[in-house]
Amino acid sequence: MTADPRAGTVADGPAHALLFLTCRRSQPVADTSQSDDMSPTARTGLSAHWHRLSIRQKQVVWAWAFLAVPIVFYIVVRFYPTGNAFVLSFQEWNLLGSREWVGFENYVDLWNDPVFWIVFVNTFEYLIIGTPISLVISFFVAYHLDKVRFMHGTIRALYFLPFMTSAVAMAWVWRWFYQPVPIGVFNNFLAQFGIPQIEFLQSTSIALPAVLAPAVWAGLGFQVIIFMAGLRAIPPTYYEAARVDGVSNWTMLWEITLPLLKPTIVFLVVFSSIGFLRIFDHVFNMTTNNPGGPLNSTKPLVLMIYETAFGGRSQMGAAAAQTVVLFVILLIVSLVQLRILRDR
Amino acid sequence: MFSGLRTTVAATAVSAAALFAAAPAMAEVEIEYWQYFFDARVTAMEQLIENFEAANPDITVTMTHFPYANYRTQVAAAIPAGEGPDVVQLFYGWLNDYVEADLIQPLPADVFSPAEIEAEFFPMVSAMEQDGQYWALPTAVRSLALFYNERLFEAAGIDGPPETLDELVEIAAALTERDGAGNITQVGLTTGMTAQDHHWFREVLVRQFGGSPYSDDYRTVTYNDDAGRAALEFYTDLQEEHGVTQVLFMDEPQAAFRAGRAGMHIDGSFRIGALNDTRGLNWGVAELPAGPDGTRSNYSSYWVNAITSQAEGEKYDAAVLFMDYITSAEAMEIWLEVVGELPARQAVGMTDENANDPVYGPFIRGLAYANTTRFADESAQRQLMVEMVERVQLQGASVADSLATAAEAEQALLDDYYGE
Repeated sequence: MTADPRAGTVADGPAHALLFLTCRRSQPVADTSQSDDMSPTARTGLSAHWHRLSIRQKQVVWAWAFLAVPIVFYIVVRFYPTGNAFVLSFQEWNLLGSREWVGFENYVDLWNDPVFWIVFVNTFEYLIIGTPISLVISFFVAYHLDKVRFMHGTIRALYFLPFMTSAVAMAWVWRWFYQPVPIGVFNNFLAQFGIPQIEFLQSTSIALPAVLAPAVWAGLGFQVIIFMAGLRAIPPTYYEAARVDGVSNWTMLWEITLPLLKPTIVFLVVFSSIGFLRIFDHVFNMTTNNPGGPLNSTKPLVLMIYETAFGGRSQMGAAAAQTVVLFVILLIVSLVQLRILRDR
Repeated sequence: MFSGLRTTVAATAVSAAALFAAAPAMAEVEIEYWQYFFDARVTAMEQLIENFEAANPDITVTMTHFPYANYRTQVAAAIPAGEGPDVVQLFYGWLNDYVEADLIQPLPADVFSPAEIEAEFFPMVSAMEQDGQYWALPTAVRSLALFYNERLFEAAGIDGPPETLDELVEIAAALTERDGAGNITQVGLTTGMTAQDHHWFREVLVRQFGGSPYSDDYRTVTYNDDAGRAALEFYTDLQEEHGVTQVLFMDEPQAAFRAGRAGMHIDGSFRIGALNDTRGLNWGVAELPAGPDGTRSNYSSYWVNAITSQAEGEKYDAAVLFMDYITSAEAMEIWLEVVGELPARQAVGMTDENANDPVYGPFIRGLAYANTTRFADESAQRQLMVEMVERVQLQGASVADSLATAAEAEQALLDDYYGE
């Protein structure tokens, strides 16, 4: 008696379940002879529908059931706020009070704001300087790294390392690199040779490239890896045929490698363009005292949005309008790039 | 033994009195208090709550704190939803927004009489009055003073801190060091509008050169005149003419001072704790140097507590009692001891002991002649000061033009904020 009950329940569990299942299975058969008012309670609505579906239809239902989770998530977390931001861009709201309709006022103010146009130009400077430079350097590295066998993995890992490093930590280290003497590495080095100081972050002309440099460096590892994957995907037979024909390396690069890398290049151009258009963490962390300074010379659009929204006055409507502008810029730039690079 | 017995008797008497005083007033009430997270402030408030609960056993105060970055958003979201605190801490500069959004209610005049507040608190607290009612009150206030590195002073053979702006320049020159190429390796005085200098410029320098930064209601910019130009010229000349400083030397003014690479540094009383933790730094504090005609001025800022619009009925009564306690002299003394922030009541701050304290003294004496800027958007208004100096230093703009541009931009910002 002492041990049996436990053993009994364990054994009973599956047995009961089996019995239950067989009962349920056999029920319709048994019930057919009986009255019809018992079956509706067991078999109404969904359950009846479900049993009428074919296996294929059931699979579709299951697929949608699983897909529904991320769809609901995206609607709640992405699409609803995005739609809300569009609405908010026509309103005035400081987080504390109620929202008020102001029509296109936020957009008109933005158009008339001289800082917006400086920021607009900066944003494109990040894109126009950053994208080609990072692509050329990463292609150069990938092209040569592809030919290197000695310590290949180690070298590749070294290039990839900055990509894995926190942008915040990197920005602060570079910020100190750029300081004037006595603490800046670059300027201390220059001072040793009697070369005048370079005011990296305290200059309206040099500050933007100075802030961009670590951002380019950080993205390099990722681009190198993608380029190398693209290079590996080119069939070696093309090169063998070219070599048989006695074609120069230069021609092989122009006629075989680059044309066949086009999908890779399209992907990287679009991807890195979006990255540079949305640059924020490097700029913000390297200029925290004077965000986007000096004199707004390094301020990108995302930083302006951040300041408008979460600065002293919390102008959420104006910030939403700026966000819509950024969205439109990103959309246009991506579409144009896809069109140009695909058709050629 | 004797004093121990006396304390016990006194404590019993006090708690008995408190018990009888509080008991008929209300049944068990729980109120919520919110502030942003800063270690010392939380510790001090815990101590205040403990004392308050001992005196009012029927009231429980629950404190919730948030990281500074989310604080404003959390409060804004919670109070209208009825989830928020009954007593809330806010920055003095946010008062307008809170009043307009109906997040807080005025303090009852029978407990917090405006006349009494004006007589007992330091003068800048009057910024918390609107339409004859006080909406919020501080426990503690902050002001500016001149920190100086005693070791560097000794090495340069200087006896003491500067009394006037002329002496400031003179002493700063003696403390400045350069390498062979002429690069500054040690500044006499730290500067940077991004730190506390924009307050020094607005409320101190402009006034010392005979002007006033704003109209009395702080809705009109008035620094674009001869006094303002003289003040800005003095400030930019520190680097351009006298070469005794370099803007953002070593990235941040306080970093240069803590590293022992700066002779003098203007900062707020909240810096005391960090400097105490810096090993090997011998520092002293002095009042801000007086102006050319002997005028002294200072800038004060503070955090206040207010009763939210959500507190009603017995919670409201409890919130009033709690507000009364945390703005009492006793609370201020605890706050000074734990946080290092200065008492908001003159009688507590200006005791001989406090006013002559070598560290707190200069700050407390500064409170007597301090002004408080009523900001519409502090960070945006600071940014305009930063750019004003940058135009002179990086783009070669004239002091007069740059000042005029800044004044115009700030006026536009104020007009926009006050809806004019």
